[in-house]
This record gives sequence, structure tokens and C-alpha cells, in this order.
Amino acid sequence: MSRQDWHPDDCISPLIKSLPPSGIRRFFELVSQAKGVISLGIGEPDFATPWHIREASVFGLERGHTSYTSNWGMIELREEISRYLNRRYDLSYLPDSELLVTVGVSEAVDLALRAILSPGDEVLIPEPAFVSYGPCTLMAGGTPRPLITSAADEFRLTPETLEQAITEKTKAIILSYPNNPTGAIMPKEHLLPLVEILQNHNILVISDEIYSELTYEAQHSSIAGFSGMKERTLVLNGLSKAFAMTGWRVGYAAGPSEIIAAMCKIHQYTIMCAPTQAQRAAIEALRNGEPEMQRMIRSYDQRRRLIVKGFNDLGLDCFEPRGAFYAFPSITRTGLSSEEFAQRLLAEESVAVVPGNAFGESGEGFVRCCYAVATSDIEKALERIGRFVQRNS
Amino acid sequence: MRKLLELLEENCKLAPAELAVMLGQEEQAVIALLEKLEADKVILGYRALINWGKVEGNGVTAIIEVKVTPERETGFDKVAERIYRFPQVRSVFLMSGAYDLLVEIEGSSLKEVAMFVAEKLAPLENVQGTVTHFILKKYKQDGVIFAEQEEDYRLVVTP
Repeated sequence: MSRQDWHPDDCISPLIKSLPPSGIRRFFELVSQAKGVISLGIGEPDFATPWHIREASVFGLERGHTSYTSNWGMIELREEISRYLNRRYDLSYLPDSELLVTVGVSEAVDLALRAILSPGDEVLIPEPAFVSYGPCTLMAGGTPRPLITSAADEFRLTPETLEQAITEKTKAIILSYPNNPTGAIMPKEHLLPLVEILQNHNILVISDEIYSELTYEAQHSSIAGFSGMKERTLVLNGLSKAFAMTGWRVGYAAGPSEIIAAMCKIHQYTIMCAPTQAQRAAIEALRNGEPEMQRMIRSYDQRRRLIVKGFNDLGLDCFEPRGAFYAFPSITRTGLSSEEFAQRLLAEESVAVVPGNAFGESGEGFVRCCYAVATSDIEKALERIGRFVQRNS
Repeated sequence: MRKLLELLEENCKLAPAELAVMLGQEEQAVIALLEKLEADKVILGYRALINWGKVEGNGVTAIIEVKVTPERETGFDKVAERIYRFPQVRSVFLMSGAYDLLVEIEGSSLKEVAMFVAEKLAPLENVQGTVTHFILKKYKQDGVIFAEQEEDYRLVVTP
């Protein structure tokens, strides 16, 4: 090849080239350029990390605790995580072999998929789903198989859908409840029939429970807590949402020691360890953060009621989300597609929402609206959306 | 009730209809509860918290430690009453420790506050002595931080 023929683009692997660009990213560019926008497109708490947690990290810095930690994460942190999972969800994991501290749940998802998948393996992903599951599955050599959930079932995964999707190639299923973007939860009675099916097959459950603390008028149950499920489940969780610690990047995986060790192998070669200062903060959060966390949850709950009632009053059917901090109203009565709705709402009324199809095809006809924004902004946004809907129906 | 009070303490401009939705209750029930809380003097008023430091021609505030001799039967209450009846007095607290009453006074100038202490407060029969501290700058009051509001650093759209 001659010097002139060099195109950096040619270096990129066909797999990476074929990955769909994140629909959200494209929309982000649009919103960032607009002025005076009320954004309901946000995906994180509107609280800064509680001060006592930040202070613990500052104290660590002052004392010069700036070196690497164990690949697995600081043992004090793993002990706190173990206690926390036991206290909150009645799960028991050994700090020294069944827990791995990761750089957010995102890394844990990637590690889990890379640790288990071989080419041809299929991963079941109930949709609408968080945007990374499909691409991470592809990058790990697997094949994502979306499972459609619907508003009629309050976006829960039904046993019928699961049963029909399982083939001999099915290696794992990613359950993500409370769900981003729908706000759906899977209470115990709805998990039970899934457990019965999963136990008849050799399928690993990757349970992304990052929103586990954010449930309203309902209690989160982890599928790992069902008898016989601990050995076939990886629980992925982190501190980002519950403790308002998104930017710290601390997550963890809990599961059978063999799988955790395999994940740690990848983690030690690629990441080494989660940031030391963030781990210090995480210890403080798990030890003393619950009162502040409960205060934030109360506040989300109040705003949740406000936005859900608001959408239903506007005639945008919105099932009652009992988890996370998103409402997922249907916009079909406007006759617009999710993307048209989001783009025109932004252009005409300066409100940003995320088109539902960014989370899979079954998200079409819906938009995701985050209610972790100021009450006054929720009210203003509802007013503007109301005007927009009136013009378009 | 506690949740309602917490919401109002943060923002007393929320209307009963909004409060009702946020708390998952009927509007009528919220109105009734508000009336009861007002009648029971749990809610004493609905006021704006103003950063007077940003308003031109603002006055001065002083915190005054007052040592008093309690009276027979009424203890400190009678003395306190004689102090809090002055409209310049914003708050009065009975304290443990080196002095008895902590009095917050507002005036239009340093001189005005000084004169009030010298002419009204110090000469009171039961007052043994006063120590006046003028407030130079307010950083936080009633849980509200007075510094410029922090920006929202969050990305406007995230997955």
C-alpha cells in the first residue's frame, strides 16, 4: 500500500464500524446547541453527592491515599458491599471471592459478557433497555436477542416471552429492573415464574440492579435471592443512582466465585482497579449514607407523582413507573414518531426528551422523561408539552 | 404531616393542589391539614428568605449575648418578654452556658443598633451585662446557602 492510500478509517475493525451509533448521542448534539432548553433528557440525580461522602474522599486525598488498590477493590469496601447487600436485599456474598469492585456498572456489564460469551452465544435482552447491552454483547462476540415488553404488561418481562425466546444457543439474559428507560419494576410475584423457567435451562442471569434503591410504593427484590438462583445469577449494582455518585464511577459485581474470578482476570489487565478516591467515598456512602439517600428518594417520589399525573392530564398515557427516575409516556396520539416528537418538541417548545426508540424498537411511540429536575422545571416542561400536544393532535 | 412540612419548608409557594399530587393525597385533605397546622401554630407563617446583603441600603444585624438575673416565679420568661416585644428584636433564645439570652437585632445602621443596646436593652432592671457582635457576612441561614447558586453540570442528555 502506498503512502497516499492510508486512511485511518481502514484501521477500524468491521465489528466496531457496524455498531449502531448511539441515538442518544446524536440527540445530545442537537440539545447542546439549543438555548433556554428544559432538559428532561438527563440520566442522573439532580443532587450533588452528599457532603459527608465527598468529605471522606477529600480526607483520603489529604492523607495521601493516592495509590492503586487491590484489583478486586479495597477489602473494606467489599466488606461494606457485602453487608449492604445483606441488609437491603437479604443476599450473602463473601467479600474475598464473590465480589468485584468495578468502574461503574457499565464496566461490570462488559466484564460479565466478555467473561462468558463465545461466538454464536445468544444473550436475551428485554427491551426497551439501556443502550449498552446490545453493543457490549456484540463486542464480546455474542448475538443480542431482543425480547419485546409492552406497556400493557407495564414493561415487565412475561414468562411466555422468555420461554419462546430460549434456544440451545441462549447463554445469558440481562435483566434490568427497575428499568431505564421505562421505570418498570419486577416484584417478587412476577419474578417467580421467570425463575422456574430459568432453572430448567442453563442460562446465566445478569441482573443489572443499579436502580434498586429507587423504588416507590414497592420493594425491590433481587432475582439472586430466590432459592437456587444465587449460583446462576450475577448481581450488578453500584452507587451512582442511589447515592448521587454518577461521576465517581464505582460499581460492583456479586456472583459465583468462578465467574467473578474470570471477570477479575479481564479487569486486572484492562482497568487495574476502580479509582482509589472513589472507593473511599463509596465506603463512607455505604456506612453512613442511608438517611441522605432516603431523603433523595422521597424527593424523587414527589416529583414522580407530579410528572405522571401531568402526562395523563395531557392525554399522553403514562403507566405508573415504580422505579428509577423516568416516566415513559406514550406519544402515539400525536401521530408522530418518537424521533419526530423529540426533535420538534425541542425546536418548537425548547423541551428535551429522549426518543424511546433509542432504547430498542419496542420503545417506538414513547419518549423518556427524567423527573430528577427541579419541580418548577417539571411544571414548565409540562405546560410546554401540553401546548405542543394540542397543536399536534 | 412531616413530609408536607418538609416540602413547605423548602418551598412555601407550592399550592395545595401540587402538594396533594406530590404526596399522593386528596387536595381537600391537604387543605384541611394545612388549616389544622396553622391553627395549631405549627406553621407560623409563609415568608420569603431574602438575601438582604444584595439589596442596596440594607441594614445591619447584631447578635447580643445578654446575662440576666432571673425573676422569682417567672424565671427568664418575663425578662425575655420585655426584650422580644421590641420590634427591632428578630429572635430571642434562652441558652445554656456563659450567658442566658441570645438576642438578634436588626437596625438600619451600626449606630442605631448600638443606641438600642445602650438605651433600651442594657438598662433593663434584670440585665447584668451585654456583649454585642455585629454580623459581617451571612454564608448560610435557615439551611439556605447564600453563595451564588451552583451550576447544573449534568450533561443535558444521557443514556
